[in-house]
Amino acid sequence: MDQLGGQIVYVVVALAIMAFSVLAVTTRKILRSATFLLFALFATAVIYFMLDYQFLGGVQIAVYAGGIVVLFVFAIFLTSHPGDNSAKLTSRKELTGILAGLAMLIVCGWAFLDRCTTFAKAMPEMKNPDMSVIGNRLLSSGEGGYLLPFEAISVLLLACIIGGIVIARKRTND
Amino acid sequence: MNIELNALMFLIPSLFMFCCGIYGFITRRNMIAILISLELMLNSVDINFAVFNRFLFPGQLDGMFFSLFAIALAAAETAIAIAIIINAVRLSRDADVKDLSKMKF
Repeated sequence: MDQLGGQIVYVVVALAIMAFSVLAVTTRKILRSATFLLFALFATAVIYFMLDYQFLGGVQIAVYAGGIVVLFVFAIFLTSHPGDNSAKLTSRKELTGILAGLAMLIVCGWAFLDRCTTFAKAMPEMKNPDMSVIGNRLLSSGEGGYLLPFEAISVLLLACIIGGIVIARKRTND
Repeated sequence: MNIELNALMFLIPSLFMFCCGIYGFITRRNMIAILISLELMLNSVDINFAVFNRFLFPGQLDGMFFSLFAIALAAAETAIAIAIIINAVRLSRDADVKDLSKMKF
């Protein structure tokens, strides 16, 4: 029964990811595009929960769905008229896009199917990594520690805050 | 019908998401729409990190940390890109990439 529930959740999430990512790139209203992106990101968070990475799923919801999408919505309201349709695509441009996407799909799909036996294994047992393990790994400088990237990304985020303010502020002298 | 979930069943939706991102990146003309396509691609790569970690090396956490740092990088990148877009809209009155020719030489 538990397994059946897992399969139903999987089918719903996989269909949601595919449907919402197609809609996000094909809809002609920009605000709807941002909304469909939000749904696709929520479906991704559900995938992380299914894979037993609870912390990663929480971060995905907090940072992506809570932060980035709100940023997108504000940017849309600041830069464009949300009710307007975007211009119709020329068929040449559309063909180029479809060809590039299909080429990627075929190459990677072939690579997946070629290594089918490696991938077609059942999910191995894993204990859900608890917060103390994650925290210790994130702040340890020894074997398998992530202290240096952690510090580097904190500096990067500071630089990003300053850069965002400097770039987007109004210039009064011109 | 009783199918075990395997890695391929997570990789294929993620691949599909990446291809949608490529299509949108090439065809959309609004800068924010291009950024949304870019987010789709980044997100599908994050799924792949987590899936490979979970199925091939279940005892380790490296893939999870890669996803974690990629999410933080994506947030930083989006903030800067939106600041640049707002600035560009002030110069050209529209968020369309066709109108951005001030730096052309």
